[in-house]
Parts: sequence; structure tokens; C-alpha cells
Amino acid sequence: MILFPIVGLPLVAALISALPLGRRVAPAATLAACAAALALSIVAAMRVVAGEPVVAVANWAALDGLGALILLLVAALASTAALFSWSYIAREKSARHLRRYYANYNLFVFAMLLVPALIEPNLVWTAVELTTVLSVYLVAFENTREALEAGWKYSVLTIMGGAIALLGFLAMFAATRFGGSGPYTWQRLILLAPAAPHGVLEIAFVLILVGFGAKAGLVPLHTWLPDAHSQAPTPICALLSGIKTTLVLYVILRFAAVLNASARGSADGWATVVGLSSVGIAAFLIIQVTDYKRLFAFSTVEHMGIILTAAGLGGAAAHYGAVYQILNHALTKSFCFFAAGAALLAVDTRQIADVRGLIRTSPAAGAALLLGGLAIAGAPPLAVFLSEFSILRAAIARQHYVAAALLAAFVIIAFFGILYHLNRMVFGRPETAGISVTPVQLPTSCVLTLVLAALPVIILGFYMPEPLHVLLRMAADGLSR
Amino acid sequence: MTDFSALLASLNGLAAGLFLLSSFALVATRQVQGCLRFYIAQSVFLVVSALILAFGLRAPDLLAVAALDLAIKPIVIPWLLRRMVREEIFRRREIDQVLNIPSSLLIALGLTLTAYFLSEQLPAPAGALARINLPVGLAALLIGTYTLAVRREAVPQLIGIFGIENGALFVGIAIAPTLPLVAEMAFPFDMLIIALVIGILTRMTQERIGTTEVGGLASLKEGGG
Repeated sequence: MILFPIVGLPLVAALISALPLGRRVAPAATLAACAAALALSIVAAMRVVAGEPVVAVANWAALDGLGALILLLVAALASTAALFSWSYIAREKSARHLRRYYANYNLFVFAMLLVPALIEPNLVWTAVELTTVLSVYLVAFENTREALEAGWKYSVLTIMGGAIALLGFLAMFAATRFGGSGPYTWQRLILLAPAAPHGVLEIAFVLILVGFGAKAGLVPLHTWLPDAHSQAPTPICALLSGIKTTLVLYVILRFAAVLNASARGSADGWATVVGLSSVGIAAFLIIQVTDYKRLFAFSTVEHMGIILTAAGLGGAAAHYGAVYQILNHALTKSFCFFAAGAALLAVDTRQIADVRGLIRTSPAAGAALLLGGLAIAGAPPLAVFLSEFSILRAAIARQHYVAAALLAAFVIIAFFGILYHLNRMVFGRPETAGISVTPVQLPTSCVLTLVLAALPVIILGFYMPEPLHVLLRMAADGLSR
Repeated sequence: MTDFSALLASLNGLAAGLFLLSSFALVATRQVQGCLRFYIAQSVFLVVSALILAFGLRAPDLLAVAALDLAIKPIVIPWLLRRMVREEIFRRREIDQVLNIPSSLLIALGLTLTAYFLSEQLPAPAGALARINLPVGLAALLIGTYTLAVRREAVPQLIGIFGIENGALFVGIAIAPTLPLVAEMAFPFDMLIIALVIGILTRMTQERIGTTEVGGLASLKEGGG
């Protein structure tokens, strides 16, 4: 029953935010609802870890290991992004726009919490579609020419992807339903898969991979992602890049498990090929970016590819690497966007070439950007390094030498690409004299978010709490069955 | 096969043919207004096919689906779009299309043939009655994707998306008539929210940039920032 308040709280907050109650009410309600949802998600995840069933509506809404991990990440990122919004969005003068922002923010969070909480695949499709549709307004929120363009590219390509995936969902339903009726859930789908015609399952999976791949930012339908993930207000970028794309990938991975459970079909080949090409193309695109928010956006394409590749390698170790990467990517990427947002507040430009010596202009933003860059690029001993290393080790252990070599090469290219740009921004000397280096004071809530979001990024590199480790194991099991 | 079910099958064939024809019309019209009209027609034929299948396959759930689709797709969504998007946009003609109309129609024909071959691979529908829905729905899906790629105006792009969705559902009513009702009901509401959000986005774009030719927006790319 704990799932009801988790999902319901943002809805209540959306309602409060929409009412004209004063400038501080909407952000406070949003922050309170997200923090409460996070606390309850932790309780729910602990129950899952303890082996207790967490069921809201039997056969419709429940939580398993994989679902609990995703739910936890959605709630965590929604909370930090709500805190970051506090001062970032307050620059918006009109109280009406402020209310619209928070109302939409809460609805978006509500839809994202629904995805892992639901276990009926067709309803999950609706929830995923809702996360897309409810974030369109947020992407275009700045209402500039660029933001509107990003909003269009985002909505048209991803909603089209959803429509194509719908046929895949329906074909999946039809293929596994030859044997009569009964509940239709993720778990049952895996049980029904061996008896289903594997050709149909494979077509359904490919339709879902192509359609939802567009939503997850997988190559070749990734073109909207750097636009949307750079033009949206920073807290929204953190949510979109940190967890929204992962959420879609989570659904793809569920279906990959179904196809793998079938008599002869296998999703591994598809996942590895699409995953590796996403990593590769993103790695080369990272080198030539000129906008630092786009830099992190391309890094998201890279990481989606890494997770999909890891899932496609097969075997318990690689699957553990995949869910570990999901965890690290969500926490680190959201931190990166908060750092980028702090830099944007400090220097008021998104062009890499215009930012030099950020560490002198704003030590907090500069240090955060450097830490974020190192962490997301996979510098040891930070958490992303550990998960990427475990994926590579799993690939070698399974004798996928070509995949391992390509993955390692692309990750290293991306590593140098990211650090080359960030190093110039943080430490570089101003090329033209006269650029002011007067230190800029960041708002308190912004600094507070940076500190809070940095903690897990740093700590997870050295220490993993035992319950989290168990949860990751359970989540990895969810990929293999 | 009794005479009655043969009649139903040929009626369904008729609905499918008209459904496909509306998809072709979506490719061929230039006027935004016309696009919306043919989308309404396409949605009506989807509902007709759902009704025929509800009787033919004895799937009472499809009756509810048909009723909801009838209310939302051809009635509420166009009404909503008319309210949110300025009248002048509907009267606009799309001059600047990537390919001209005869070649677009040829491509649509090619996509239909592809759909016929592809549909051999999809799960067999519940009965001979619904067999026609597979290639036709798949063709509508592919044609919708194609329209989306060549259209540059906001409203026709949205209708392209709806065309894809209609295509998927046209196959869906045939291969998955027993889909849980809750899920079936969620689909049209999802369409409604899409129409609402895209309508708002169209209005914002119109007010801010002064055009709804969204395909022409291209300031965001690598190197340009």
C-alpha cells in the first residue's frame, strides 16, 4: 500500500502548485512532496530488500528489485532537482509562470514514479508516454526560439517513437496470449515467453527497441536529445538526462529479458549492436561540442549505450554492471547538470569557448563542474569508473573480446573529450583581456543541492551500503530471468 | 463460414480500405484543414472496424473501446485543436514540402506493399475476419511516419503522429482484442493529452516566433550551439 502515497504525493503537490497561494508555496510543496516520496521509496526499497512483497494492486501495481531501484532513483533526483529549482526558477518573474512550472514539474514526477510502480506492460506504455508528454512544456519553458525548437524536436520524435513502440507492445501481448487469459504482468510475460512464437516476440522487441530507443536517446534517433537536454531549465535537464531516459531504457530491458526467456530468440545481439553504436557515435560527437550542457547531453547518449551494451553481453556479472551503471549514471549525471546550471548562473553563457578560469570566477561552480566531469567520464576511484570497469571485466569473462575492446576504446575517447573541454573551462586563462573575474556568489539552495548531490557521487566510489548492494543484485536478477 | 460472417468480413474489408485511403489522402493534401478532416475520417473507420470486430470476434471490450475512440478521436481532439490553434493556421497551405505529391504517393504505395510483406511475420489475428487489419494498419503506421518526416507545419506533424497511432491501434484491435479494458481506455486519453500539449506548444511557437512551420526551425546544431 506504500506505493499509493509515493505516487500520490506529487499529484497533491501539483494541485497545490497550481493554486495562486504566494511565490513560496509551490516550491515548498514540491520540495516537501518529493522529499516525502523519497523517504517512502527508501522504506519500500528496504521492504523489497528484506524480501517482503510490496503490492499496491495485485497484478497491476507492485515493486520488485528492478522496479524498487528505479523508483528510488526517480524520487531521489526529483528531490534534488526540486531543491535546485528553488532559486534557479525564482529568477522567473511572473508568478503565473512559476506556478505552471511547478504544477507541470509535479505531474512529470508523478508520471515518472508510475513507470516502475506499474507492472502491467500496456499501462507502463501509457505511463512512459505521459512522462514524455508532460515534460514537453518543461523543455520549452524558457520560451525562447531555441527552447521552442528543442520542444518540437523532442515532442515529435519521441511521441512518434512511442506510437511505433505501441505496435510492439500490442504484438507482444498477442504473441504471449495464445494460451488464454489470466493476469498480464512483467513476471507472467517471462513465464509465457517460452511458449510464444519467438519470431513474433523478436519483431515486437525490435519495434519496442526502435520506438522506445528514440525516447531513450539511442542512435540513430538520438538527434533530439542534445537539443532538449540543453535548452530545458537546468533542474529539468537533470531529470531528463539523469532518469527519464533511463526509465525508458528500463522498459526496453524488461522486454529484452522476455525475448531472452523465449524458446530461440535472443535480444543480446540487438542490444549490443544498438548499444555499442550509441556509445561510439556519442564519444565522437562529444569531442566537437561547443556548448557545455550539450556535452553532458551527449554523455547521456553514451551512457544509455553502455547500459544497453552491458545488458546485451548477458550473464549475471554483466547484468549487475548494467544496473550498477544505471545507479551511478543517474546520480552522477544529475550532479553534472546541477554543476552546469551553477556555471550558467555564474557566467551566463553556455558556450565552452566563452568560459575560461571558472575556478576563479566561481570556485563552487568550477569545483563542481570538475568533479562532475571527472565522475561522469569515469575517472577512478569514482563510482562510474567502478561500474564501467565491472562491465568490461564481465565482457572479457564472457569472451566478448570485440565488444570489450570497442567499449573500452569509446569510453576512453569520451573520457578525454569531456575532460579536454572542462579543463579549459575550469582552469584556462581568459584569452581576451578585460573579461571580469569578479567572484560570483551562488544562491544558497544551489550550493546546498551541489553538496547534497555530490555526496553519493563521492561516497559510492568508496563504500556501498549493504542493502543497496542487495537491491542491485535483485535488480540484476530481474534482467536475467 | 456462414453468410453473416462473410458479410462482416467484407464490411471490415471495406472499412480497412477506406482507412487506408484516408492515410493516402493525408499524404496528398496540402491544406492543414484537409489534414485534420482526413484524420477524422481515418479515426471513424478505425471505430467502424472495431465495432465490426466486436461483433465478429464476440469481444465486448471492443465496444467500449469503439465508443471511447469515437468520442475522443474524431470529436474531442479536433475540437480541442480548433480552440487552441488559430483559425488562420488551418487555412494555411503547405507549399514547402520536401518531396512533391506524386512522388509522395508513390512512396506511400511502396510502403503499403512493404506492409503487406511485413504483416506475414506478425501474429495471426483471432480469425479470418480480422486478417485485413494487419497489413492495412501497418501501412497506415509507415505512411504516418513518412508524413511526419516530410511535413513542416505543426498541425500536420501532429496528425502524422496520430496517423501512426491509428495504424498501431488498427492492428491492435485485430491481434489483441482481449487487451485489458483499463489499458485500452488509457490509449485514447493519452492521445488527448498529446493533442493538448502539442496545441499549447503550437500556440507558444506562434506567439513567440510568428510561424508554425516548425520543420524550418534549425538553429540548434553542432558547432552552431
